[in-house]
Amino acid sequence: MSHFFLHTTLGLVILTVLECLAILVPLLMGVAYLVLAERKVLGAIQLRKGPNVVGPFGMFQTFADAIKMMTKETVIPSGANRVLFLVAPFLTFLLAMIAWAVIPTNNGWAIADINVGVLYLFAVSSLGVYGIIIAGWASNSKYAFMGGLRSAAQMVSYEVSLGLVIVCVLLVVGSLNLNDIILAQRHVWFCLPLLPMFVVFFISALAETNRAPFDLPEGESELVAGFFVEYSSLAFGLFFLGEYMNMILMSAMTSILFLGGWLPPVGIAPFTWIPGPIWLIAKICFVLFMFIWVRATFPRYRYDQLMRLGWKVFLPLSLGWMVLTAGFLLATGLLPTTTPHAAAIAASAQTPPAVEAAPSEGAG
Amino acid sequence: MILTQIAFYLFATVLVLSAAMVVSARNPVHAVLFLILGFFNAAGLFLIAGAEFLAMILVIVYVGAVAVLFLFVVMMLDVNFTQLREGVQRYAPVGAAIGVVLLAELVFTVARWQVVPHPAPIAAGNGLPPGITNTEALGRLIYTDYVFLFQACGLVLMVAMIGAIVLTLRERPSAKRQDVSKQHARMPADTMEMMSLSLGAGTTGNHALAAGRDGFLRPHDGYGAVADEGGPGVRAPEDHEADHHHGA
Amino acid sequence: MAGLDRIARTFLLTELLGGLATTLRYMFKPKATLNYPYEKGALSPRFRGEHALRRYPNGEERCIACKLCEAVCPAEAITIEAEPREDGSRRTTRYDIDMTKCIYCGLCEEACPVDAIVEGPNYEFATETREELMYNKDKLLANGDRWEAVLARRIELDAPYR
Repeated sequence: MSHFFLHTTLGLVILTVLECLAILVPLLMGVAYLVLAERKVLGAIQLRKGPNVVGPFGMFQTFADAIKMMTKETVIPSGANRVLFLVAPFLTFLLAMIAWAVIPTNNGWAIADINVGVLYLFAVSSLGVYGIIIAGWASNSKYAFMGGLRSAAQMVSYEVSLGLVIVCVLLVVGSLNLNDIILAQRHVWFCLPLLPMFVVFFISALAETNRAPFDLPEGESELVAGFFVEYSSLAFGLFFLGEYMNMILMSAMTSILFLGGWLPPVGIAPFTWIPGPIWLIAKICFVLFMFIWVRATFPRYRYDQLMRLGWKVFLPLSLGWMVLTAGFLLATGLLPTTTPHAAAIAASAQTPPAVEAAPSEGAG
Repeated sequence: MILTQIAFYLFATVLVLSAAMVVSARNPVHAVLFLILGFFNAAGLFLIAGAEFLAMILVIVYVGAVAVLFLFVVMMLDVNFTQLREGVQRYAPVGAAIGVVLLAELVFTVARWQVVPHPAPIAAGNGLPPGITNTEALGRLIYTDYVFLFQACGLVLMVAMIGAIVLTLRERPSAKRQDVSKQHARMPADTMEMMSLSLGAGTTGNHALAAGRDGFLRPHDGYGAVADEGGPGVRAPEDHEADHHHGA
Repeated sequence: MAGLDRIARTFLLTELLGGLATTLRYMFKPKATLNYPYEKGALSPRFRGEHALRRYPNGEERCIACKLCEAVCPAEAITIEAEPREDGSRRTTRYDIDMTKCIYCGLCEEACPVDAIVEGPNYEFATETREELMYNKDKLLANGDRWEAVLARRIELDAPYR
């Protein structure tokens, strides 16, 4: 049985499809309950109850909303570019999904355990802007266009500091593989030695996912709904799903880079009994709670303040911390020279590359 | 292997087609979107060639940043095609001449070009120890053999950046700017004054004017505005303030 | 020293953390809102909700087709047609209210000399189609029959202030 799945092409394809389903089905359920959790937490903070009528504790509220949304009419504005108008939400949704191919949920558990995992994640998250900017342009509406332009400028700006923060982590780890990054946090999670970078990363992640207080592309008070004003029905639903999936993705990235991914807080008995995926999910939930908490607490930035924060505060800060990290590692001789992953490859060169075949299949 | 070949031909075909669409598309936004599609397929080709680092960098830098800015600019252009076509006949000879030169250069290059000159050393990783990822291999080359060229590239980019800033930066002394740290440093005591007034006395009494404080809740400084010294937007006369307070 | 203190506060994000602490504290406070579909707030006797046409206790409809409500309605939501009945009394043959136009100002109620058209306490009359919000005379009279006890009590309570 295991021979079929690991050594034949058909078996590998089936295995990969099953792996994808094993990630995506919980992810979509996660989005449904994230939406509910957001409404509940925001409600609680504003001394309201939040949805509590549809199902026990309002558990089926999101599904009711989804059914309502799907039965609505898809309106395409007469002046819109039809093809691009419909491509944009699908693009957002697709990009939010494909990023999950490289997220490790346990030691070596990833659909594609590629050795440039961080770069892949960074690339996919930087592509998220296309769905927004294409939607903004194709809608042929001034509010949508303004939202698209704002989003483009905002995401490009915050990617710079996001990239430099990732470089800091990579300096400490010495590998671009996500699994290696987690393994390097066995002794101490990076959120402690790299605390300022953790904060910068989290705030940049808020900006990257267009969440409050950086939700200017949507900015209800000035742009109605920003880039998706003209969208309705399923097209809007895909944007909505994509946005929340991006939130979960950025939370997963934060957990992997700074909170030790699937590692338990301390490697001793009661903590190690709980399996890795549970730890990862718990950390993702914590970061998602932070996202919602921040939304409930802070007012929206003005656009020039947003740009100032990105370019004049975060860029110098992360650049300086990167130099500091590199200098510290070099001075103390802690700079990793041979990568753990490379060592692993060298070690597995003697054994038949049975498991290594799966990632390359998924990566294509 | 057959899968890899199918993937190669798929990527290559889409790359060539989208490149053709970039120059032939009527709508400039569509042209940029085809360019992005082209970048993607080029990244796919890099992946097939085993250069995953280059593939990812291509996507991050070109698709994720450069093409976004292209799109940004092109979307805001209001291109008038009839106006663009006006000079075609006049400039066609020059364009054709440049095209011929480029074509000739291409022919010369391709004629001398061997397809995969020395496959063995590339496969062996140019003498690098086994188990080195191509990210590390690239790093070793760039930061040892080609470090000066690499730094020179950086310098060229920095010159371009500074040039762009110098060309576009306009100093407007009349503009009001926000100084965040100055705003943060403001304390309630610096900005307002609580006065206990007798009934009907008003806040514009002689002693108050003499002290330069003709009211309460009045900001002492100009909120960090640069235009404090008699700029057009500054209200200086005391009369105005006095009227305001009487009104209130 | 004060400057140093300020710099430390800026870099330690004390104000942001203070804000987060406040919202976290609020999260566990008792909720200030009603659990709406199960709990409802008290309504004033003057509350202006869904319309109703009332009858006299003997079952005779109050409306005398004076059309004052139609004239006063600022949204022009009311349409009335009238004819003498067999017994010679003046009655409406048609009394329509377009509830999608109505702004619930209560002027129809104020204008009515016989307390026939009133705005009742019911505000839960959402429908799935717009057509259902075009109320006709039958619907309004049925509303009146349904709410009569409440309507009479409310008019009585509000009477001292009229």
